[in-house]
Amino acid sequence: MDSLFDRKYTIQGLFLVVCLILLSKLFYIQVVDDRYFVSAETNVLRKIYTFPARGVIFDRKGKVLVQNEPVYDLLVIPNQVKAFDTLELCNTIGIDMKGFYKRFHKATIQSRYQPSIFEKQLSVQIYASLQEKLSRFPGFLVQNRTIRHYPDSVAGQFFGYVKEVTQKDIDENNGYYRPGDYIGKAGIERKYNDILRGERGVINMLYDAKNVPQGSYAEGKYDTLARSGEKVISSLDIEIQKLGEQLMKNKVGSIVAIEPATGEVLAFVSSPGYDPNLMVGRNQGNNYMDIFGQPNRPFLVRPTSGYYSPGSAFKPVDALIGLQEGVIDPEMTFNCPGGYWAGNHFVKCEHVDGTISLRRGLARSCNAYACNVFARIMTQKKFRSKKEAYDNWEQRVRKFGLGAPLDIDMPFERKGTLFTSDEYTKRFGKYWGYTTVISLAIGQGEMNTTPLQMANLMAIIANKGYYLRPHLIKAVGDKKIIKKEYVQKNYVGVDAKHFEPVIDGMEEAVNSPWGTAVLSRLPNIVMCGKTGTVQNPHGKNHSVFIGFAPRDNPKIAIAVIVENAGYGSTYAAPIASYIAEKYLTDSISNGRKGQVEWMKEQVVLPEMPKPKVKIDSKALDTTKKLAPPAISVAPKIKQPAITRKPLEITK
Amino acid sequence: MSTQQGNRFFFNVDWVTILIYIAICAIGFINIYASIFNPDTSTVFNFESNYGKQLIFIFTGLILGFSILLLDAKFFSVFAPIIYGLTIFLLLVVLVVGRKVAGNQAWIPIGSFRLQPSEFAKFGTALLMARYVSSFSPKFRDAKSIFFAGVIIILPLIFIMLQPDTGSALVFLSFMFPLYREGLSGYWLLVFLGMIILFIADFLLPMPLVITFILLIGGFFLYQNRRRRTMVFSIGLATVVAIAYLFVVKLTYTKVLEPHQRTRIEIMLGLKTDPKGAGYNVIQSKIAIGSGQAFGRGFLQGTQTKYGYVPEQSTDFIFSTIGEEWGFIGCTVVIGLYAFLLLRVINLAERQRSTFSRVYGYCVASIIFFHVFINIGMTIGIIPVIGIPLPFISYGGSSLWSFTVLLFIFLKLDSNRMGFI
Repeated sequence: MDSLFDRKYTIQGLFLVVCLILLSKLFYIQVVDDRYFVSAETNVLRKIYTFPARGVIFDRKGKVLVQNEPVYDLLVIPNQVKAFDTLELCNTIGIDMKGFYKRFHKATIQSRYQPSIFEKQLSVQIYASLQEKLSRFPGFLVQNRTIRHYPDSVAGQFFGYVKEVTQKDIDENNGYYRPGDYIGKAGIERKYNDILRGERGVINMLYDAKNVPQGSYAEGKYDTLARSGEKVISSLDIEIQKLGEQLMKNKVGSIVAIEPATGEVLAFVSSPGYDPNLMVGRNQGNNYMDIFGQPNRPFLVRPTSGYYSPGSAFKPVDALIGLQEGVIDPEMTFNCPGGYWAGNHFVKCEHVDGTISLRRGLARSCNAYACNVFARIMTQKKFRSKKEAYDNWEQRVRKFGLGAPLDIDMPFERKGTLFTSDEYTKRFGKYWGYTTVISLAIGQGEMNTTPLQMANLMAIIANKGYYLRPHLIKAVGDKKIIKKEYVQKNYVGVDAKHFEPVIDGMEEAVNSPWGTAVLSRLPNIVMCGKTGTVQNPHGKNHSVFIGFAPRDNPKIAIAVIVENAGYGSTYAAPIASYIAEKYLTDSISNGRKGQVEWMKEQVVLPEMPKPKVKIDSKALDTTKKLAPPAISVAPKIKQPAITRKPLEITK
Repeated sequence: MSTQQGNRFFFNVDWVTILIYIAICAIGFINIYASIFNPDTSTVFNFESNYGKQLIFIFTGLILGFSILLLDAKFFSVFAPIIYGLTIFLLLVVLVVGRKVAGNQAWIPIGSFRLQPSEFAKFGTALLMARYVSSFSPKFRDAKSIFFAGVIIILPLIFIMLQPDTGSALVFLSFMFPLYREGLSGYWLLVFLGMIILFIADFLLPMPLVITFILLIGGFFLYQNRRRRTMVFSIGLATVVAIAYLFVVKLTYTKVLEPHQRTRIEIMLGLKTDPKGAGYNVIQSKIAIGSGQAFGRGFLQGTQTKYGYVPEQSTDFIFSTIGEEWGFIGCTVVIGLYAFLLLRVINLAERQRSTFSRVYGYCVASIIFFHVFINIGMTIGIIPVIGIPLPFISYGGSSLWSFTVLLFIFLKLDSNRMGFI
């Protein structure tokens, strides 16, 4: 019996061991491993976000350029939906029954118990009619948010647009964004997205196992209110921006105007443009594809991404470098026999100018003069090699803000083209000299600039030797913070005294009878400028004008490019003069109003490349189909679409 | 001794055990209250709610318990066969008139309450087992006594299996321990352990590998005992039986078990995770317990509990409430109380003069131990989901009463240890 009595300890020991096993497992899941704690939080806590309004953008005079308009998202909680008049709902929000089932199915897949978006961005009008009936649609509710509205419908490329985030955006922003959020995708909306977007508000809600909300977590201690985005003051002058866009209507090109003293961009015109209001609301996607398919690439931001050879507009830079290097002086003359022989090739001049000095050379835009100056710069005795000569020249040109991005506050700015000597060696081999690259003297060849760089060049000349970084946003927030780098002067390494003769030449170009830019002459204001007629390998020459006004204490530096418009004097120069006049005097003088209207009417579009035969026949087919007999059938099919058309008005 | 006249009925009653019993019941009530508590509705105490009912169960349970103390101790040994017969009868009745709840035909509806005969079958069996051992003094070394004891256990087990309520049926395996105490060879326990190991290995490892292992181990022992004929024979037999067992398990698993039982086993063994389906209970229960961390979230502060994330939380998964709101400290206290109760009951059992009382005491401890181990093990995911209640804590009248009766019969027997049965 005693031996059996010992079994008591075996049994008690077993009980204790089992209790210890239980306790050690409990110790592991409760104390060691905190995964379960996290899971518990995710079980019950849901973050509900409230969307902030994006920041308002003003123009330089305080006029509102972008504001926010309320829109309404229709949400649905599938398991709360009971039988109702679906057709009525469809008609109210302007969808068909097929679309209804598609949306409902999508929402059901997402969650049966939680609200998911049924239809996005209903306009105020639709919301008004929907609100009355909402009680008849159980399970549907409305959430409001705001979208952008542009009262003037101008400067589409400047603003860019706001779009729903993609998975890539979410990944790149370390979880700041969630599906359904909006993010600036282009233009200022993109560049200043972090400032404009504001802070999302969060409400921590507790949910039970059936997904029914049970009140806010910790009495709302961790909740935050949505904070709207900060306001942003742009440097644009909406009046001249508007005028610029009107002048560039039916033309392809760009206008950039800069205030030389500050580097603030006054006008940022890219043509063809688009109405920024098309890029908001329910039809954003359709409109985007629509605009995308239009000719001449409306989405291309020409002021910062358009590449143009500067052409004759580059000649002032030749003269300035020549003066600074001391290889010419303002009175030195060259002979122009109607061109310039550089080795075995000939640079043609538009005129035979004979003996010509700096002023005349710029006023008449003489190629021979420019080539002679270039030759003198490149053949100085101090250089031990041709490469060294070119490097010196290249470095000086770069200081003028060419060949590198100016770091304007606009995404996707391109840097232009300016070859280094190595690149030339790669292209031409060991033996090349200034005669090989002589076309650089007249701003052709391996040289591309953006309109912004050209306008900045004018700002440099207007400032006599320096520029401030061009920028589109002059201040941020209520405190009007201005970035430090925008008040820093960037000197180009040419003494101020050398600018006088160059400015004289540019004044003569506009204001003397023999100047090339006489069409940009302004009444009562001395404008200085330079035309450019840029050879275009793809078609007719581009018309270029760069200039500034007034001569003393300049207020505006401007670059105008009209593609395929021929001579710089015909289109670009007058357009620049209207802009300058409007900016400086706030109006167009009476005598010139007619000219402005005439200019607005001009159509200067590049010739479309001949469409391929295939597309041509298709196009013909469609026109045939639209021809009379078929039309009698078509309206019947279109009937339902017509009935809901009035509801589609979102703005 | 001096109070013998003044307090005849409660003389020698082990008040420590009663105090532990009341403490565990109180813990149960508090946690059932927390499981059902809803901040919106429960401002007033409500007897209609489950925690109200549980309070009634506790009080009626106490009355029941103390009335057992008033009975004559001889009653239980004399009526043991009748009580056993009655519970077997009830188990038959439930198969005919029982109400199906959650797939198990385990309840007999009586008025608004439901009686669960399988709960009462436990102490019925315990009583008859005690009576059998005390009357015939079997040594469990011969096939006959093992057979008789086996019949006493297997009979209710089969009927409960037919309901089918596998969880309650498995509890009858706990009679292993009293039988071991009374002389059943320790090999049976080892065989039992071996069966569990082989069972798990059968699922986790490929069959040929397991067979190779068995053959290797068998071979090793054969080599060790190669000079002893009988040993060679029995080791050879054991090896063959072990391999046969593997196939039986596989067959039972695929042919006999219900699909939901199969998934439960698979989830416990980690072969399958099914967070929305069968695994949901265990996952949510583990999350609740784990989120309690060391010190718990505090009474009525458990989010998982309050917002109903753990199904069946007031009954089988009540331990998740304890884990979440009271943390590791609370769990330690509860398990400590159980451990104390179990050791105390066994110590009390050992001080009995009568075999009947001792065997019965071991039965009580083993049944409670089995419930505690399986229930808590299931809530923390080391045992498949077997729906059996946590003694004295889980919500439910039948379970609370049957455990109360089970325990108080033993307390009565214990208080009478000086007398003879």
